[in-house]
Amino acid sequence: MSILINKESKIIVQGMTGKTGMFHTRECRDYGSNIVAGVTPGKGGIHIDGIPVFDTMEEAVRITGANVSMIFVPPPGAADAILEACDAGVDLVVCITEGVPVRDMVLARQVVADSKTRLVGPNCPGLITPGECKIGIMPGYIHKPGKIGVVSRSGTLTYEAVKQLTDVGLGQSTCVGIGGDPIIGLKFIDVLELFNNDPDTEGVLMIGEIGGSAEEDAAEWVKENMTKPVAGFIAGQTAPPGKRMGHAGAIISGGKGRAEDKIAAMSACGITVSTSPTTMGEAMLEALAKADNS
Amino acid sequence: MNIHEYQAKEILATFDVPVPRGRVAVTADQVERKAKMLGGRCVVKAQIYAGGRGKAGGVQVAHHPEQAHEIAKEMFGKRLVTHQTGPEGLKVRRILVEETIEVGREYYLSITLDRETSRYCLIASSEGGINIEEVAEHTPDKIHTLTIDPYTGLRAYQARGIAHKLGFTGSIAEDCVQLMLNLYRCCLEKDCSLLEINPLVVTKSGWLLALDAKINFDDNAIFRHWEYHEMQDYSQMDPLEISAAKFDLAYIKLDGNIGCMVNGAGLAMATLDVLKENSGEPANFLDVGGGATREKVAEAFKIILQDKDVEAVFVNIFGGIMRCDVIAQGIIEAAEEIDCKLPIVVRMDGSQVEEGKALLTKSGLNVQCADFLGDGARRIVAMMQNDDSQTVDQ
Repeated sequence: MSILINKESKIIVQGMTGKTGMFHTRECRDYGSNIVAGVTPGKGGIHIDGIPVFDTMEEAVRITGANVSMIFVPPPGAADAILEACDAGVDLVVCITEGVPVRDMVLARQVVADSKTRLVGPNCPGLITPGECKIGIMPGYIHKPGKIGVVSRSGTLTYEAVKQLTDVGLGQSTCVGIGGDPIIGLKFIDVLELFNNDPDTEGVLMIGEIGGSAEEDAAEWVKENMTKPVAGFIAGQTAPPGKRMGHAGAIISGGKGRAEDKIAAMSACGITVSTSPTTMGEAMLEALAKADNS
Repeated sequence: MNIHEYQAKEILATFDVPVPRGRVAVTADQVERKAKMLGGRCVVKAQIYAGGRGKAGGVQVAHHPEQAHEIAKEMFGKRLVTHQTGPEGLKVRRILVEETIEVGREYYLSITLDRETSRYCLIASSEGGINIEEVAEHTPDKIHTLTIDPYTGLRAYQARGIAHKLGFTGSIAEDCVQLMLNLYRCCLEKDCSLLEINPLVVTKSGWLLALDAKINFDDNAIFRHWEYHEMQDYSQMDPLEISAAKFDLAYIKLDGNIGCMVNGAGLAMATLDVLKENSGEPANFLDVGGGATREKVAEAFKIILQDKDVEAVFVNIFGGIMRCDVIAQGIIEAAEEIDCKLPIVVRMDGSQVEEGKALLTKSGLNVQCADFLGDGARRIVAMMQNDDSQTVDQ
């Protein structure tokens, strides 16, 4: 079992015919993901690598019965692509695109929130259920099927975390990169809740960053609701205040969003926090052991 | 993206937000002329990309044009240090000369993004002219916030509610409502991530006026506002940060001596953390992007080494899909091109990692390869210590 995606997922790639879209479509398909169509306006009717391309999401969903969309559409059209996927009625939209304007996302997120569609991203690596389905740009080979759920705001730091889990012998149920932007679809709490309800997830590793208060909110939620052990890490402990560290989300301003506050909040809520980025795997082992003993 | 106060006021004026009469100047002589045009008495305001100017002497009243000249001369000659600039301060290259205003009362008004609700939010307070974070901490009941529904936008009745909470009545309340609606329109049309008027004042003669203004643009939306490129004042930015931005690299200068190149912002922050944990001091934050390419890696390497404080380089690339041998080739080419003799530690993970390591090992560079993040950090710190002890021996 897993959350959000599995081997039954039927995937459409919006913006598939672009260079990045095509590269990652092939990578995902090679991993075993069931890519059933691509959508690029103006290119409907052609086939690439045997994958049919449609002009619109409506047509692609109607003909293929797909339930998931992965978006590589460049920033000017990305929010529109999210809305189109939502309108076409897919269950899940995964927007990989980096650099989507905030104003576009404020509206798109609201429309998605009022629909049955779930959104992951934008500006995220996507998600993967190891051994079954990969919808995103992460390297598949570092993952291993298992029982740990991973949720993270970061891209490559998630790969680091996953590799550490795999190295200490912990496989993953599903790994979700929720994205580093200030406006995103699923947040920590949404994903934690899914993991909590997934019978095959036994523990969760949560990777956060400085900026905002999403980690603090998630920690509160864990304390009140989570029945499974949670380990965590916060990147940016040594970041100077007021500097923008690459992610629009990762800025410490006005004394808010500091790593130490997040770590304190998480620890206070029973999360096993790894103070070093080199011991995320061990922290997960420790959290599982603590849960076993109690 | 940051802009100056005078630019923010020019934009606000086009959205019918009332601002004081004023002109920007780049020399003390110009300041004097503009002061004369304003009738002699004026406010001389240093334009820098930071707040806290008032307390740092960056905002001064001149009683006559000659005095404005004197003040400007001093401002242009020094770096202004405020609580937001850091100890090195910022150079003053532009000065805003403004009419003086008889202030009756000061208020605070802003529109920014509320991550919690994922909506824009209007913040207003009857305590203006001071640090709003302090107001929020000490007297939170004096802060009024309104999250704006993206479907309906800010409505007049909502703005009226806020105006009443601020204590406005009669025609000035309606002026305030109009001002808030205009501010929201500006926020959307100009893709602002922050739009702040602090203070918003009621003058002694009973007019509403934006006495100070700050606008930040959403960096992601710059592609639809080409005029923003011309508004950028590069004198306010670190030269290395500017050249990094040209190659779409996120670079931030820090205080230490270990240059860092990492792909992905989260991993880059974690890399700084692990260096500090091993008593290393990072010289910079540099994110070459999640999918690092050979060209980007080469450019990033050159930018890191332009920083004279750098004594060693730590590369941490979790390639995944990008092949490690290609990354290694990029590092080698860049290092050879600029004849880099500094110690380098490369930690790579991803496909073709052994081929990548082999290339680095036989490159003739002063390079070591690391298998893990912690291992890499320890190695680079050790290599620097060895270097130091050799220097002492000689």
